[in-house]
Amino acid sequence: MERHILVVFPHPDDEAFGVAGTILSYTSAGTPVTYICLTLGEMGRNMGRPLFADRETLPEIRKKELLEACKLLGIKDLRPFGMRDKMIEFTDQQLLIQRLYNTIIEIKPSLIITFYPGYAVHPDHDATGAAVIQAVKRLPVEEQPVVHAVAFSEGCEAVIGEPDIIIDIKEFADKKLKVIEAHQSQTAGMIEAMKEHYENGDEEVKERLTKERFWTYPIEE
Amino acid sequence: MKPIDPQMAQKTLSDLKGKQLYVHLETTNGAYASHRNQSFLSAGTFIRNVQLTFLNGTIKGHGPYRIGMETELGYVYAEGLTDWKINKKGQVLFAGHDKDGKLAIAFQLSETPFPK
Ligand SMILES: [Zn+2]
Repeated sequence: MERHILVVFPHPDDEAFGVAGTILSYTSAGTPVTYICLTLGEMGRNMGRPLFADRETLPEIRKKELLEACKLLGIKDLRPFGMRDKMIEFTDQQLLIQRLYNTIIEIKPSLIITFYPGYAVHPDHDATGAAVIQAVKRLPVEEQPVVHAVAFSEGCEAVIGEPDIIIDIKEFADKKLKVIEAHQSQTAGMIEAMKEHYENGDEEVKERLTKERFWTYPIEE
Repeated sequence: MKPIDPQMAQKTLSDLKGKQLYVHLETTNGAYASHRNQSFLSAGTFIRNVQLTFLNGTIKGHGPYRIGMETELGYVYAEGLTDWKINKKGQVLFAGHDKDGKLAIAFQLSETPFPK
């Protein structure tokens, strides 16, 4: 059993699509989860349906959505890092690595969940994963937590192989939908279709809501 | 935001003429555009809190609208603008939204810096 989970993602809603069921499986078993969310998704393109956000109001709206998602997920320790959407790869990398390292030292997670650097599509995702790996590498080998990485770039399996961790989240599927729905400004356009497809037994949607896939990151290589 | 009223927008632009402004200008087609369609070249840009003062600022078109400005040393241009608002801070926000309501362009003017 895990002692403490650290989740590190750059955007509010990253935790919803790929890992909400997994987080729920941990929090419902009583394992504490700390979530470092680097930005507030300030540069998101979705502005709500009908339109209710603009470039300047979006951060505050997404912050509220993130708080609601954390409540649903049972995350009691949310740590927004106050960085800017799209700019993760361009900011002081050593400073980011240091901040992540400090948090790891403080909470001593047994498992870290983040993006698989190089295979996570969005440059912020890749940069986040890369910084987390660098922070973990600063620890002596015997103190390094396991890292479960999320990858979804086209054809990633051909390079990094099949995911070695597949978590059955069937019992949390409905709650995962609610977490996705909590990010209203970003998901209002697709949540209804997603629900409908799920109820109609659409294989792809069913797969997304009942299974989550991770790669154990090879820190030593 | 509301659909742009070109007369009101022109009046607002004219009132800002000669003032020292902070500008946010951005175009985007989304970080996932090339992921969904590999042959798609995803191009975008943003610049936030650039200071400028314009000599002339004009809105043109029949919707979507274009705004062009002449500054002392150069120009500013934005097209595809559909909606606008003046927020509580007095900042003038123009945006272009596609048919799904997704932001494609933002062009914003303010007398005080936008939050970093
Ligand atoms: Zn993201």
